[in-house]
Amino acid sequence: MFYRENGQFKSTYASDQQMLPILQDRIFMAALLVFAFGAVPFVVSDYLFLSLVIPFLILALAAIGLNLLVGYCGQISIGHAAFMAVGAYAAYNIALRIPQLNFLVVLVLAGLIAAAVGVLFGVPSLRIKGLYLAVATLAAQFFTDWLFARVKWFTNYAHSGSVQTAPIEMLGWKIDAPVEKYLFLLGVLVVFTLIAKNLVRSHIGREWMAMRDMDVAAEVIGIRPVYAKLTAFAISSFYCGVAGALWGFVHLGSWEPLAFNLTLSLNLLFMIIIGGMGSLLGSYIGAAFIVILPILLNQAPQWLGMRVSTAMTSHLELMIFGALIIFFLIVEPLGLARLWAVGKEKLRLWPFPH
Amino acid sequence: MLKNVIGKNWPVLTLGVALLGGLLAPFADKSTMPGFYVEVLLGGLMAGVLYSLVALGFALIFKASGVFNFAQGAMVLFAALAVARLAERMPLWAAILLAMAIMVVLAWLIERLVLRPLVNQEPVALLMATLGVAYFLDGFGQTVWGSDIYSIELGIAKEPVMILAGLFQGGILVNKEDFVAAIVAAALVLGLAVFFQKTPTGRALRAVADDHQAAQSIGIPLNRIWVIVWSVAGFVALVAGVIWGSKLGVQFSLSQVALKALPVVILGGFTSVTGAIVGGLIIGVGEKMAEVFLGPVLVQAFDLAGGGIENWFAYMLALLFLLVRPEGLFGEKHIDRV
Repeated sequence: MFYRENGQFKSTYASDQQMLPILQDRIFMAALLVFAFGAVPFVVSDYLFLSLVIPFLILALAAIGLNLLVGYCGQISIGHAAFMAVGAYAAYNIALRIPQLNFLVVLVLAGLIAAAVGVLFGVPSLRIKGLYLAVATLAAQFFTDWLFARVKWFTNYAHSGSVQTAPIEMLGWKIDAPVEKYLFLLGVLVVFTLIAKNLVRSHIGREWMAMRDMDVAAEVIGIRPVYAKLTAFAISSFYCGVAGALWGFVHLGSWEPLAFNLTLSLNLLFMIIIGGMGSLLGSYIGAAFIVILPILLNQAPQWLGMRVSTAMTSHLELMIFGALIIFFLIVEPLGLARLWAVGKEKLRLWPFPH
Repeated sequence: MLKNVIGKNWPVLTLGVALLGGLLAPFADKSTMPGFYVEVLLGGLMAGVLYSLVALGFALIFKASGVFNFAQGAMVLFAALAVARLAERMPLWAAILLAMAIMVVLAWLIERLVLRPLVNQEPVALLMATLGVAYFLDGFGQTVWGSDIYSIELGIAKEPVMILAGLFQGGILVNKEDFVAAIVAAALVLGLAVFFQKTPTGRALRAVADDHQAAQSIGIPLNRIWVIVWSVAGFVALVAGVIWGSKLGVQFSLSQVALKALPVVILGGFTSVTGAIVGGLIIGVGEKMAEVFLGPVLVQAFDLAGGGIENWFAYMLALLFLLVRPEGLFGEKHIDRV
């Protein structure tokens, strides 16, 4: 109907290669940004910000990071919360030891440290692939779990092992109200999504996808597997490191050593599976899904007027969660983002079926 | 001759030497008592046998259906819970039989509801699906059977027995239950080997493992084979669940035991039953040794807040090993073709 590209002719290379080639997409994206920056801060309550929107934004960033590795480069990782942990603890230690540093610099440094660790754990990917690699990435998970729980230096010799972050202040802007946190996170997320979008449509993204689709063939046509795989690991870990630092500083404020455990890793993986592998939009949808689902499951019995014990609720939550994952895999293995793409395609062709 | 052998296998040989060195390293410290050392070694072997049991379930399913079954741990927990709760109402043998029947039904349901609709999907999708099954089973098991800590009484004395008191100073303390567990595991492995090699069903299973399409084209019913494989995995989970459950008590953490078995599977090779057993023994011994002898050294050197290196040691060991030999100890060598 309204969504079609008739009459939009491209007369320059620049217009042919732009990120959103269809006018309606550009309008929609602009409207979305105006809505997110201009309208959301006024209509959403503080409670919703803290319980839904802020976790959603941070997890979306982490999901994008994981998606770059799994969805675009085809290297499965079941231990990506490890890099979030590295980012969080790196940020904590940098902010603790150099307090005058700008928070943005801290974020970038934390991301870089996470990237270095990511490359380290990415080295096995040069030798092993597929499910072997998936299990091997668990090593990162369990090692960092142990490292941050046991080595006292990382937690600044705190007795309980949990750490507490200083309030975030940046160029005189003190970020503590939920709305301010939201705006800050949104800004970070927009920038990082833009970078990711341009990465995956540049030569490096194409190398990743070639690696994913068939690594031997990619190597034959001259793509260096070492370079392609390790950059994927580095950038993916960078994203997750930044997300981890944000998770610690903006969302949690103080956290226990096991805040970044295997469950978080698996949740990240579910996000990109349910949302859609190899799709940035999918990372957002998946993150939203995983954040909203437990809250819905918690509230549902109350709305239906049933009284269920908390233990029962948590078991039911596990069951429904597991069943939904299987359901989505069977019904739409390419994720929810695929539904969106199909819908768009249908609109473009409407009223004709093909 | 010798040069040829070494030339090809030097990475594995180096690793073997390193492992052996690690095994003997505790004696660098003069105060290590031989009796204590053997005790730790035996403890590691016993734990290794139990890891092998869980790893066996992984290897069986991967061999026959190419699915990496993340739900094996959840199956262990489910089976153990079933036995523990049923045994409150009936004799133990009846409870185990009934639990086995439940596991078969479960296998059938998994094949019908999860695997069949997902046939021909990528391995990652299947891995995710088994994760879904794991979540579901964790929740379902605790809903049906309850979520407290239960115990399974096998009727074996739990007191440690002193053996070889004459040979070592202080003797060696061995848990009788561990000993029985090791024998049961060995019997199970032997039984499975016979089942795979000698029975028609076993031959069909191996055919399916080799090539799904070829097996189907000569008339092997793929779906039934998968039900059988998952039932066998369920049976292995049941045995592992009963033994682990009687040792540690039946509780939610039992499903985490499977996470310990993962490095065993990649170390031994996904497709190898032998690998699962040898890998289990290596990981079991390595882990115990590291915890007992390497742990205190690390704690002292880096001023750690406690040991617990057994949580990651197995994974690191497996990771290093895979760097040297990507297909695992006994895995099939993979040749890439375009």
